[in-house]
Amino acid sequence: MTSLISVNKLSKSFPGVRALHDVHFELMAGEVHALMGENGAGKSTLMKILAGVYSRDSGDILLNGEPVHFSSPRDAQAVGVGIIHQELQLMSHLTVAQNIFIGREPRGRLGVFLDEDRLNAQARDILSRMHVKLDPRAMVGELTVASQQMVEIAKALSFDSRVLIMDEPTSALNDAEIAELFRIIRELKARGVGIVYISHKMDELKQIADRVTVLRDGEYVATVDATSTTVQAIIGMMVGRTLSDAAPAARAAAQGETALEVRNLNAGPLVRDVSFAVRQGEILGFAGLMGAGRTEVARAVFGADPVESGEIFVKGAKASIRHPRDAVAHGIGYLSEDRKRFGLATGMDVESNIVMSNLRHFLSCSFFLRRARMRRRANHFIKLLAIRTPSAAQEVRLLSGGNQQKIVIAKWLERNCDVLFFDEPTRGIDVGAKSEIYKLLRALADEGKAIVMISSELPEILRMSNRIVVMCEGRITGELDAAEATQERIMHLATQRPTLKAA
Amino acid sequence: MTLPSDSPALTGERRLSGLKARIFSPSALQKLLAFASLILLLVFFSFASPAFMQMDNILGILQATAVNGVLAIASTFVIITGGIDLSVGTLMTFTAVICGVFLTYWHLPMWLGVVAAIATGAICGTISGTLTAKMKIPPFIATLGMMLLLKGLSLVVSADKPIYFTDTENFYMISQDSLIGYLLPSLPIPNAVLILFVLAIASSVTLNRTALGRYTFALGSNEEAVRLSGVNVDRWKIAIYGLGGAICGVAGLLIASRLNSAQPALGQGYELEAIAAVVIGGTSLSGGSGTILGTIIGAFIMSVLTNGLRIMSVAQEWQIVVTGLIIILAVYADILRRRKR
Repeated sequence: MTSLISVNKLSKSFPGVRALHDVHFELMAGEVHALMGENGAGKSTLMKILAGVYSRDSGDILLNGEPVHFSSPRDAQAVGVGIIHQELQLMSHLTVAQNIFIGREPRGRLGVFLDEDRLNAQARDILSRMHVKLDPRAMVGELTVASQQMVEIAKALSFDSRVLIMDEPTSALNDAEIAELFRIIRELKARGVGIVYISHKMDELKQIADRVTVLRDGEYVATVDATSTTVQAIIGMMVGRTLSDAAPAARAAAQGETALEVRNLNAGPLVRDVSFAVRQGEILGFAGLMGAGRTEVARAVFGADPVESGEIFVKGAKASIRHPRDAVAHGIGYLSEDRKRFGLATGMDVESNIVMSNLRHFLSCSFFLRRARMRRRANHFIKLLAIRTPSAAQEVRLLSGGNQQKIVIAKWLERNCDVLFFDEPTRGIDVGAKSEIYKLLRALADEGKAIVMISSELPEILRMSNRIVVMCEGRITGELDAAEATQERIMHLATQRPTLKAA
Repeated sequence: MTLPSDSPALTGERRLSGLKARIFSPSALQKLLAFASLILLLVFFSFASPAFMQMDNILGILQATAVNGVLAIASTFVIITGGIDLSVGTLMTFTAVICGVFLTYWHLPMWLGVVAAIATGAICGTISGTLTAKMKIPPFIATLGMMLLLKGLSLVVSADKPIYFTDTENFYMISQDSLIGYLLPSLPIPNAVLILFVLAIASSVTLNRTALGRYTFALGSNEEAVRLSGVNVDRWKIAIYGLGGAICGVAGLLIASRLNSAQPALGQGYELEAIAAVVIGGTSLSGGSGTILGTIIGAFIMSVLTNGLRIMSVAQEWQIVVTGLIIILAVYADILRRRKR
């Protein structure tokens, strides 16, 4: 095999941060090469340099043995290096075909007008080569995240890319969609495309990767064979220490009082006749495919979306929850899956974020901020949750995903919430921080909080939950005890469509 | 692990069939609603006052819409990119003043005055575009600065006095003569209106069929995505503001020709009416969607309302109040519909 890309002694610094130092990387044709590392290890920086988004400070990049220098994404695309960014970069108001060919629209006879028919035909061509059923004229904003992902891949392929970089492509996909993505990756591989695959999910690596390169703190650690190296060893290289990822402690079914009970809740097409209860000291897992309605249930219970019918009982007493503020008054907290959009004011400091939901306790004369008290409270949580921040005055956007999540948790603890809904609590968080979040959730439950954890990662659900509720298309299709739950049983329930069952 | 054979990943996309999608897409709905409101207003005013449907009055409405309509078209381009142009009103005046300088001060031929007005517009628009694209000044601030700067320049250049087109006898014809009237004597539609419609069609084609139009929508939808696709975002943004400026030059010619003079104190406030017309016409202020047809309907709603209320002898103070209410209502209706989806 020939080396498609070879990176030597690459370095890159941002003001105040050394992002990459003397990094090596090599990609073969027809290879899936995983790039691993904790958040902040420099994976994304390396890939953005390869794709021409950033420029390097020093070092060599060889493409097919020739030194190359990219000064813009266009340069990289021209020689066949395509990237699919972690945050999908699409224009939701344009169609699939218009997105794929943005910047390279075929022109009509006069050279002035765009040739929409040829545009659609070319897009259809690429999509059919991928064996993807998508209408080129569909508006991208109306597609599922998975289909949008396919549009991004089609776009990268339309450049005849020989190198395709995927930055956490599965972070928003369910298992069926991931399988579809892997099918396409294998087809590309067979055609000799080299794929750089960035992911936090260990099980995916085992399925798809040939080799793994690990980065830590901007430095190259090692390149190993994906199949013969254990997950433990890879994690060890990433964190620089061996992580005790041992089996979870045996969980007895929690015996606490019922903290929250929901009966026959209906709210839109994705919340149909939903009933469940969660006890104090218990972690109730909500499993299901993307779009099964788990987030919608949480939002309806929290009062964020209108409820059609159904009853909610908090500690046995009927509660009327019509707004999030009612939910908070009843001690219910909701930690959104999209921290940046719904959970945090990322431009403000740690301290302001922590006290924000409870600001009236930090006022004098109901008007002036009591800064010292705020600072004390923030420092209390920084210590309690082991938030890694230089100080309480640090802007939240400068912290890692795991530490941001802890700040959201602190925010709800400050409100003394007894029932906490965690929606995808570890999305976009690296392995080391994940296990800390797990410990934290378990500690909260042991303290008597009732926790509902929504997660699309089955290992996480299985590891954390006392009981597991499975949803499919807006209905609860089953409930499993921790002892009897397996990935297979959950997937079976998660794909059990009510419509099929009735047939 | 078994999965259903029809992977939910790629089937079951919510996609309406072609025609249905076009009629029920949010912007089309808004247009339909705007169009219905326009008809409703016309019917109401013709019952309320017999003078409303008189030919003279109709022509007055058309004439009044021409200038606002052209400015609204200029604003539509910029607003679809997710930006805003507050300088369209005073830029219009500035181009009229420059035209006056060419024709009245320097006694140059009329065609040169026309070219000068449009070129001045294009240059000023390009400057606004450069301020936002290259210097990263938010469009609101950049064009606010341009608005005041141009207002001042108009007063300076004209020495605070109107410039009359006394030397250019045919200048009034640009706006007030009627080409259509020569062909169809019963339909003396002024040239200003003809220019508005020709410009509207050309703009609509530009928006929907050319690369410039495609990038206008793309920038408003997700600028970063366009940048990462290797498109020279800055250049296109500057071009779009420049085109908007050139269109303001056309508006400058229309108003100068209608008044047969360049009035340097005029202009401020026109930008807000233009933005109102664009918004009533269903173009989203957050960018990414919008149509020229909607904007034209919006411009007509504004001028029919003003004219109708005046004919019904509603005090001018109250006309302004009603206009304000209509704008709030139009945007609220749009928000309600979006929320339902």
